[in-house]
Amino acid sequence: MPNLKHPAYPAAQLLQLESLVPCRESQVSMLLSIFGERQQFSFPSIFIYGHTSCGKTYVMQTLLNTLQLPHVFVNCVEYFTSRLLLEEILIQLQSCSSETEQASHVSCDTFNDFVRLFKQAVESRGLQDQTLYIVLDRAEQLREMEANILPAFLRLQELTDRNVTVILLSEIVWELFRPNIGCFEPFTLYFPDYSIGHLQKILSQNHPPEYSADFYAAYINILLGVFYMVCRDLKELQHLAALNFSKYCEPVVRGEANERDTRKLWKNIEPHLKKAMQTVYLREISSSQWERLQRDDGEPGQLKGLSAHTHVELPYYSKFLLIAAYLASYNPVRTDKRFFLKHHGKIRKTNFMKKHEKTSNHLLGPKPFPLDRLLAILYSIVDNRVAPTANIFSQITSLVTLQLLSMVGHNDQLDGPRYKCTVSLDFIRAIAR
Amino acid sequence: QIQEDLNKQLFDNLLSFLRRSHSEFQEKTKEWTCQMKSREIPTAALVLGVNVTDHDLTFRSLSEVLQNNITPYIALLEAKDCPGVKNLIQKLMGQLMNCDIDVDSLEDEDYVRVSQNRIRCSMTSLINWYESVTKKTDSETPSKKRTSSSRHCQSPPIVVIFKDMESFATKVLQDFIVISSQHIRELPLVLIFGIATSPMIIHSLLPHSVSSLLCIELFQSLSCKEHLSTIIDKLLLTAQFPFKLGDKVLQVLINIFLYHDFSVRNFIKGYQLCMVEHFYSQPLSVLCCQLVDATKRVDSLSHEQCENIRRLPSFRRYVESQESEKQIALLTEDSFLKETTLKLLEDLHVYHENYVSVLRCLHVFTSSLPKYPLGKQIRELHCVCLEDRVWETEEYESSLQLARMLNKSDLVTMLQQCVEIFVSSSGKGFDKTIEKLNEFLTQFQKLEAEAFQEQDVSVSSQKELQKKTDLYQLQKSLLDLKESRRSKKLTKFETLRCEIIDYIDSLVRNYLVPVDHKTLHEIVYFNTASVLREHLNAAPRTALHTALNNPYCYLKNKALKSDGGSISNKAPDICIVYKLHLECGRLINLVDWLEAFSTVVMAAEGQNADAASSDQVDDVIQARFIRAVSELELLGFIKPSKQKTDHVARLTWGGC
Repeated sequence: MPNLKHPAYPAAQLLQLESLVPCRESQVSMLLSIFGERQQFSFPSIFIYGHTSCGKTYVMQTLLNTLQLPHVFVNCVEYFTSRLLLEEILIQLQSCSSETEQASHVSCDTFNDFVRLFKQAVESRGLQDQTLYIVLDRAEQLREMEANILPAFLRLQELTDRNVTVILLSEIVWELFRPNIGCFEPFTLYFPDYSIGHLQKILSQNHPPEYSADFYAAYINILLGVFYMVCRDLKELQHLAALNFSKYCEPVVRGEANERDTRKLWKNIEPHLKKAMQTVYLREISSSQWERLQRDDGEPGQLKGLSAHTHVELPYYSKFLLIAAYLASYNPVRTDKRFFLKHHGKIRKTNFMKKHEKTSNHLLGPKPFPLDRLLAILYSIVDNRVAPTANIFSQITSLVTLQLLSMVGHNDQLDGPRYKCTVSLDFIRAIAR
Repeated sequence: QIQEDLNKQLFDNLLSFLRRSHSEFQEKTKEWTCQMKSREIPTAALVLGVNVTDHDLTFRSLSEVLQNNITPYIALLEAKDCPGVKNLIQKLMGQLMNCDIDVDSLEDEDYVRVSQNRIRCSMTSLINWYESVTKKTDSETPSKKRTSSSRHCQSPPIVVIFKDMESFATKVLQDFIVISSQHIRELPLVLIFGIATSPMIIHSLLPHSVSSLLCIELFQSLSCKEHLSTIIDKLLLTAQFPFKLGDKVLQVLINIFLYHDFSVRNFIKGYQLCMVEHFYSQPLSVLCCQLVDATKRVDSLSHEQCENIRRLPSFRRYVESQESEKQIALLTEDSFLKETTLKLLEDLHVYHENYVSVLRCLHVFTSSLPKYPLGKQIRELHCVCLEDRVWETEEYESSLQLARMLNKSDLVTMLQQCVEIFVSSSGKGFDKTIEKLNEFLTQFQKLEAEAFQEQDVSVSSQKELQKKTDLYQLQKSLLDLKESRRSKKLTKFETLRCEIIDYIDSLVRNYLVPVDHKTLHEIVYFNTASVLREHLNAAPRTALHTALNNPYCYLKNKALKSDGGSISNKAPDICIVYKLHLECGRLINLVDWLEAFSTVVMAAEGQNADAASSDQVDDVIQARFIRAVSELELLGFIKPSKQKTDHVARLTWGGC
């Protein structure tokens, strides 16, 4: 029996909608009741938030498409400036209702222009009697645009005096959006994470046609058993399921086991999935490589992951420069004399270990040091004499571009530049060998 | 001729690059075809090593290869052009649309307008453009005889190359990847990340949510050291190119490479510089050419050039070793001299040919020895051989010692390698050598056969032994048997081994004579390392210091020739100011400095400086002082300080 009921929409459409959005019935019915009938004015702005891949975008898209509500769907990451965003909305508006001619170009620099053009567009398309929905995906990007964009979108209905609803989709809570000057409070709606049961249901829904639904559901069960601990991202799980399914079917294809033989299949797939968790999921090796590996039935050991190639080859002096930078970053200045001078004074042990010294310098992170100190340490750790040639200096800058060193506070060119060493102890150990 | 040579070796270099990138690309085609359907953006992570200067060339040849084989749509992006997503997409579209115009320059004005106005630099317009372009090529193909699109498949991917992944801002990359992943269906993008350090950088730059959108495959390029070896192999260790590098020069170039930049391009530049310097400074370098041309050139030598030849130290040594009448003939008759020169040049050429193959042969032996007494790479061996008589060095002794302890299978494979080298070499005098080596090999085979036989014999004798009952006898005879077998077999093998090593030794002594001992080596060898070092190892601080401290060094004015510490008043103002500032601490009082300056200058003006007695400093002098100080500031020696009024801060320590 259908859970979704709304007098304004035909029951068949609602039924179809329900089958398309499993496990989101309550949210959808809530939205429908807010939307009301086509010609009714809805709430001016709705804010929907929830964790990554809990179906915000998908639900909105299917809802608007199946019910054939006039809408504009814009991703704020893609249209990264306010001008692009506004123009995109207008263009989509022009083309959404009438597919006849290619939308002529409109230039829209400010929100004022937008409101004016928006009114024109709505009128020319004959949308006055319907609610128009503007969906802004990844709305957190709006905060980085001009200050007026977000508040203006929130009360677009009031500004344009048209039947329009703005829906913001985001992964973060509304409290982080609210500008200091205050604004119209949108209606907030939370999409909770899918539970394991939900995931199971959704994933098993689109099983491959050549296998039975039960068979696939059993597979999904195993898959979730392995991956649910580390990953609840629906998209990622879907991807992994598609990648590993062929391996799961292998015994069945070879005729060693039938589809009911779950235990045997489980034994076959489980180590494989664990391996996948260590490699593909972390993107150590790419999925295409993984597929090829499955086909050849090879060991993943042959394929080295991304992090296996940690070794960096550096020129002789660059190595020393990096080591010197590391020393300069993590050793306090006053120990320099003790470490790098041949005839240093006596070390007074009593004073040396102060209380705060006991906290490791590695926990505090690298400290900036001037160029001169770096060179001085370099001269003392390299055995033979090093001429201060242009090559050495250019090596320092090339280390900076490689992000092994970083420059600190480079506002004054004449000032002796200060650097920080950004590599870890392990890296230095590998180099010093 | 220089130009010709330059081109030739640049081309060589490029070829090796091409070959390398080509293999990468072949792997890549596989990658994108199988990934076209999936949601992920196919990505190639290209680990190129830290020699950033070489990357340019690699990328250029890579994009060329891609352009010829896969797709006309390639965009090369650099971090410095893309501080934001906006700039990145602008740049991307500009490059793509321009390259479209290159391919089919039919209706370009339409696109030019778009790219000029830059009205809408967004992905949608890019997609529209891509659709229109692919549609056009589709409709074109039947009518035109598949000119451009035949080489490319139906919907060629757009390749976006990020030249320097490390320097891109994280946010820009993330946003771009997110955007393009949304359009991957309409727009077949392929990304290539150029990575200098290690692929870990991808994980540190991109969070998991973004990197999960990518399908990253790793490609490791050849390490630059290996690349250098191939270049040295191709350029230096052939008889093809007449121009050669002396040992010291080669050492300097290799040192710069290993110690400083790992940059093959700089190595090539250094090589070119050597060549230019050689042809410029050595008047006899006309003779440094292919042997075919040499005859003509020797014939056309003028009298002066002949004199030049006579003046060469190596030629003089040669003359002295000749009989007296020949000496006279050589020193007086130009025609005879020309003949001999030609002969000597031919000798030199033959020497080079032999040298290379024997060197390779020796390398085969030494490179497998433990601890590599003569170096692991052939370039090290080459340097040693160039420097001195190699057989007189300690390392050579020890390596021979070690070679005498090689086991049989290694020795046989080495010998086979040597035979291959000699067979493939162009030198003429190696027929005998090959014969000899082959003889060794057959001897080895014989030895093996004998060993088999002996084993049979021993087996049979053991059978005999079993008949005997006396335990003591049995033990004794067994021991005897064992001992005799061991000593016998080993001695045979050992003698053969010694023979081989001695033979190799003789080869080395014959052919690996250092060039210094060859007559006329000055013509083809460039050996003034000091010039090169001066040019390549720039030391700006030192140069600046000498210029300011000792202006005579550069100005060559007699009056400036100073003796040590005193400050000459004839020097330029800036030098005086510089010297005075060397005596100060971190903060310099400007008034004191001015006073000192005026004293020095006044000493020059002499006695008419009554004004000096008064405290007032001359206006002109003050102006000169201010100008000199501001010049120093421009050079970066001092800067105004805020700690004390009327003080400037020194920025250099010690001034070296």
